[in-house]
Amino acid sequence: MMETFSALGGGFTVALTPMNLALAFLGCIIGTAIGVLPGIGPLNAIALLLPFCLALRLPPESALILLAAVYYGSGYGGRITAILLNMPGEPSAVLTTLDGHPLAKQGRGSAALAISGIGSFVGATLSVILMSFLSVPLARIAVSFSPADYVALIAFALSLLGAVGGASAPKAWAAGCLGILLALVGVDSGTGVERFTAGSIELLGGIDFTVLAVGLFAIGEILLLIETKLRTEAAKLGKGQRLTFRELVFCLPAMLRATGIGFVIGVLPGAGASVASALSYTAEKRLHESEGTFGKGDLRGVASPETADNAAQIGNLVPMLSLGIPGSGTTAVLLGALLMYNITPGPLLFTQRPDVAWGLIASMYIGNAMLLLLNLPLVGIFARLLTVPAWVLYPGVLALSFAGVYAVSNSAFDLLMAIGFGVMGWLFRKLDVPLVPIVLGFVLGRMLEDNLRRALSLSDGNVAELLVSPVSIALWVMTLVAVLWPLRARLVPRRAVAS
Amino acid sequence: MYRRALLAASALLPAAAQAQNAGGFTPQNPECIAGAAPGGGFDISCRLTARMLNETGIVGPSIRTQNMPGGIGAVAINHINAQRRTDPNVIVAVSTGSWVNMATGRFGRFGENDVRWIGAIGADYGVIAVKKDSPYATLTDLVTALRANPGGVPMGAGGAVGSQDWTKAALVARAAGVDPRRMRYVPFEGGGQALAALLGGHIQMAPVDASEARGQFEAGEIRLLAVLAAERLPGTLSSVPTAKEQGFDAEWPIVRGFYGPPQMPDAAYNFWVNALRRLTAHPDWPDQRAAQGLFEFNLVGAEYEALAKRRTAEFRQLARDVGLVSQ
Repeated sequence: MMETFSALGGGFTVALTPMNLALAFLGCIIGTAIGVLPGIGPLNAIALLLPFCLALRLPPESALILLAAVYYGSGYGGRITAILLNMPGEPSAVLTTLDGHPLAKQGRGSAALAISGIGSFVGATLSVILMSFLSVPLARIAVSFSPADYVALIAFALSLLGAVGGASAPKAWAAGCLGILLALVGVDSGTGVERFTAGSIELLGGIDFTVLAVGLFAIGEILLLIETKLRTEAAKLGKGQRLTFRELVFCLPAMLRATGIGFVIGVLPGAGASVASALSYTAEKRLHESEGTFGKGDLRGVASPETADNAAQIGNLVPMLSLGIPGSGTTAVLLGALLMYNITPGPLLFTQRPDVAWGLIASMYIGNAMLLLLNLPLVGIFARLLTVPAWVLYPGVLALSFAGVYAVSNSAFDLLMAIGFGVMGWLFRKLDVPLVPIVLGFVLGRMLEDNLRRALSLSDGNVAELLVSPVSIALWVMTLVAVLWPLRARLVPRRAVAS
Repeated sequence: MYRRALLAASALLPAAAQAQNAGGFTPQNPECIAGAAPGGGFDISCRLTARMLNETGIVGPSIRTQNMPGGIGAVAINHINAQRRTDPNVIVAVSTGSWVNMATGRFGRFGENDVRWIGAIGADYGVIAVKKDSPYATLTDLVTALRANPGGVPMGAGGAVGSQDWTKAALVARAAGVDPRRMRYVPFEGGGQALAALLGGHIQMAPVDASEARGQFEAGEIRLLAVLAAERLPGTLSSVPTAKEQGFDAEWPIVRGFYGPPQMPDAAYNFWVNALRRLTAHPDWPDQRAAQGLFEFNLVGAEYEALAKRRTAEFRQLARDVGLVSQ
């Protein structure tokens, strides 16, 4: 314990130099900005910034402080467009639209922005504390999580899909299945066989998440607004009450639960912030099901996914720093940054380069405080986005979305595909088919297939081995409960429920 | 730094003058296409090479890196063949993995004869990794176990069955006289996750790349049974024997290089070949290359073309042998 404190102290001496403070601040601003923009994610931003770090001859700890700030800063930005425009800027902010946008329509956009900013800060900071003290043992536990355990975890996450859909569970399930189907497009990782590519070269690599999300949410929403002649649906900068202290306290338990869920999911290599925010939101919704406020603008429904998102992002850095194993694409690029500086990422990082490892951890305490201070006063300015005339705002958003999609792939085909998904999103909105389960099915479906395959080929096709570990048994029991719980009213005779 | 570059440039002046004058070609708005998202191997090849070519002054105009993900290079090769068959200003990053894809027909109808092979800038090498407490102490131990029960050693790496990661394991199996189709191979998303599964005890062997395994190896978390190189690797990895030393004919350099469009004019082709030749001979190059986890592998022009074609033919044969392609 004392050792950790002195190491962390050493880290602060690195992080508190004027240059590193300035770089953390710069990273926070860039991160928030790319979080806001649909299409451009932290992965691309970091990969593009890395050559600049080398060209400017930044020392490795400074480069990592900047790049990591971009990474966790992006977790603060995704919520802004999700709440105000119903268009998530980041994959993990998809869940934030569910309660955030209704709040904005009620004129409480500022309150939703404030609580999500505070939630992001709580989730990230508590996770950095956990990471400072428990990094190595946590990472050891994380690698012992077997493919069979992942299958159970993803099955559990999928079983909660029905809860995301609003009124109609069957529609949510159907949407989730559609998402899983879309995830199957492309070259199959197990056998190299092409699936659903229709002979198209562009589809060989599968459908990019950005294309799907930008299409369904940004383009679909704009099509609907055009149809309603921009009158009815859009959120207004109302005179709704600002966030009160009482509401903050009310949301605090939800934030703490979300931090726990988010951090644990984040530490597991391969699971990500999207899974964390989905699990956290659905769990919170189930917990308060009887109140019936989720999906209609419940502040806890905003706080929960945003907290879990940031907690998972920090958790993702745990296996990266303590074992040298990337938990996601973005952390893989961060690891690549270490390599560029001739630092071998791996279990020896903390002993060989404590300045880099602890300097980074210390900078994350500072960076998250900066992000909170940066974000809270700006809430009012962000909310003013809604006062921009629609004829400026929506074409602008559309242009940025297209630029984002094109920047990732340089492919006109992806733009057409995004428009296709936009039409789909518009139709589904009219048919009251929820869009969030499509996106979650897309993310989870791919992970489910990969892990199920791994588990079965490791067990030589023996299905029973999916249920060997205590972790997977517990998760499967929870899955079963989650699936059967909504049916209890039908299973138990009506009188019994009434009496 | 700058002065060193200048000195180096002046030392190479006769060659430089020759290269610049060869056909009088100077690229305009040159571009390097990385057939994958930012951060991957193709991307690193492009950015490293472009930066160093510009920094050393070998190529004057700034080289832009363009990411074109899709099918691990399939989209890029189709783009080049469909729209830019004669473009003198574009080079495309390529690796051993692309040769595997050409051999197994994953690049559509385009193969090794549909591009102009410019040169290689470096290589990574396959390694056979096991956990520190593994019962296998040498490659012979592992091969004995595979011979006794080919499906008894669960293994995994970053690519699918038929990918370059899988081929590393297949080469070892074949050298042992074991049918690669009977191995129990599990694909993961990248070598990092395969190493996590190795540390977690879910798989017993991971045929990953030397650059991926180095950190865990230096920390004593994993043991490396063999490097799939012709000679031992430098640095901390020099204690690891080659497969050949242990009596198994399995070599697997992951060669990283570039190709140009199929009808790139000779003047442009010679310009780029010379540019890579001068880059790999530059005094600043070895450090920059090593920082990317790449070992020395300098081969340009006709020799590189011969290697690309020979390797692709070999993989085609291997893929046929193990039933991955039907023709």
